[in-house]
Amino acid sequence: MKLDDAALDRIAELARLDFSDPDRRAAVLRDMERVLAFVEQLNTVDTRGVEPLVFMTEEENVLRDDVALPGVSKQDALRNAPVKDSDYFKVPRVVDKG
Amino acid sequence: MRPVRTLREAREAVASGTTVRALTEAALAEARRQQDLNAFLELFDASALEQADRVDASLRTGTAGPLAGLLLSIKDNICYKDHRTGASSRILEGFTSLYSATAVERLLAAGAVIVGRTNCDEFAMGSSNETSAYGPVANPLDPKRVPGGSSGGAAASVAAGIVHAALGSDTGGSIRQPASFTGTVGLKPTYGRVSRYGLIAFASSFDQIGPFGHTVEDVTDVYNAMAGVDPLDSTTSSRPAPPVTLEHTGPLRIAYYRDCVERPGVAPAVREAMTALVERLQRAGHTVEPAELPLPDQQVPTYYIIATAEASSNLARFDGIHYGHRSKAASGVEDTYRLSRSEGFGPEVQRRILLGTFVLSAGYYDAYYAQAQKVRRLIREATLRTLARHDLILLPTCPITAFERGALAADPIAMYLQDIFTVQANLAGTPAISVPLGTDADGMPFGAQLLAAPFGEEVLLRAAAHLPTR
Repeated sequence: MKLDDAALDRIAELARLDFSDPDRRAAVLRDMERVLAFVEQLNTVDTRGVEPLVFMTEEENVLRDDVALPGVSKQDALRNAPVKDSDYFKVPRVVDKG
Repeated sequence: MRPVRTLREAREAVASGTTVRALTEAALAEARRQQDLNAFLELFDASALEQADRVDASLRTGTAGPLAGLLLSIKDNICYKDHRTGASSRILEGFTSLYSATAVERLLAAGAVIVGRTNCDEFAMGSSNETSAYGPVANPLDPKRVPGGSSGGAAASVAAGIVHAALGSDTGGSIRQPASFTGTVGLKPTYGRVSRYGLIAFASSFDQIGPFGHTVEDVTDVYNAMAGVDPLDSTTSSRPAPPVTLEHTGPLRIAYYRDCVERPGVAPAVREAMTALVERLQRAGHTVEPAELPLPDQQVPTYYIIATAEASSNLARFDGIHYGHRSKAASGVEDTYRLSRSEGFGPEVQRRILLGTFVLSAGYYDAYYAQAQKVRRLIREATLRTLARHDLILLPTCPITAFERGALAADPIAMYLQDIFTVQANLAGTPAISVPLGTDADGMPFGAQLLAAPFGEEVLLRAAAHLPTR
């Protein structure tokens, strides 16, 4: 599997990572190619009729009583926010006025 | 005061009049004396001494918990209320935990003193502690060499004699490989045996919190205090978790991965010591039969596909909005996500997020992610079949001893292959332990690894405690 520039752009967009710098692009393309070649070894295993293993726990339908429990207070929730005021997280403008 | 390396020695010291406060002060001083190791990112002087005083008071009133006297470090991905936690990443610079991990709560309640938080690979992604944003950790046995990873600081904090035990996390070998590299004991419990609540998630179907110590006895005491169901982690098992005691076992049936010992790349000292261990086990009356590591060349690739997929999802929460680093260069919300993440995460974390995003993306999901989940089932079934016929599986923890810093840095695949003997336990969800087995010509230690069936901690720890390592 060879990863081309368009594919890298698409994955970087999905992952919300910035790989516009040419040196970083070249390095990550090289690394990804090596890692993808390495994981190709999985294709040698015959998995016809095998169900994917999705859950590692044997517990099923773990439910609790529907009672309100103390959660995180507003003050605590805002404690680690990089930008905030007394009541809200402050975010950059979402809608561009154009 | 003579050096107190283990919980047993701490209990003896306390019984003969030493206070837990004095032990704590000595540990804090020792951590500072050995600060060049870079094992600790922060020492919790104030809260450690307060807790030590509480433990001393409980000893005076006869209400002390089972871990009174224990000095503990916690890996920087385990939350401790009102203390910094950062997964050794710039993206969590300055983050303060709003709550404590369940494991931390239980250990504090049992009388442990938490001395500080330890350096690790960034988001636990690495096998040498070289991906930390706060610099590498030196191996206390040879500072040129790595302590292993990702729980490198945890292993070093114990090996250096600073604390009696350490909490680490093990996703693909991150407790057992550093234990092997530092001559300590490291336990990865069964998936679901110890709550992951308050552990910063890397790969949720693999991650487990577990202890390091100098002895199986200490590791067992710490495990006993943590194990059991937690309403805050719905993947914890509701099976009872009675405390494990370390009686001798009867004769055991042990499956021995001879192919792992004879495979190229395994250090001669590891090979010889494993062969001698098998002979001693047989002389001691145990049945040791050869078995094979299932799908040896596919285990690490399977692990990397699933673990990076889970990581790409888990690490999506770091968006620069609610907590963590926010880029000052960004304008607009998309830019804020992208630049905050690119500035905050280091290269290895970004590489793994990209791989995980790729294997989950449309057009590649079936070929990579679904195929890996199917191979994982085959590996788990083969492992459980072996463990249905045998009490334990025996293999080396790692093919080699601790390498020098930078030796594998240029080759991600060589680094990933550090996990070749440890990922099976994570892929299959079984418990596994590394115990010191021997040293090579340079005096560097290596471990023997035992696996038991899921929830088989009792036989695992008993066998490890009485393993005829010499």
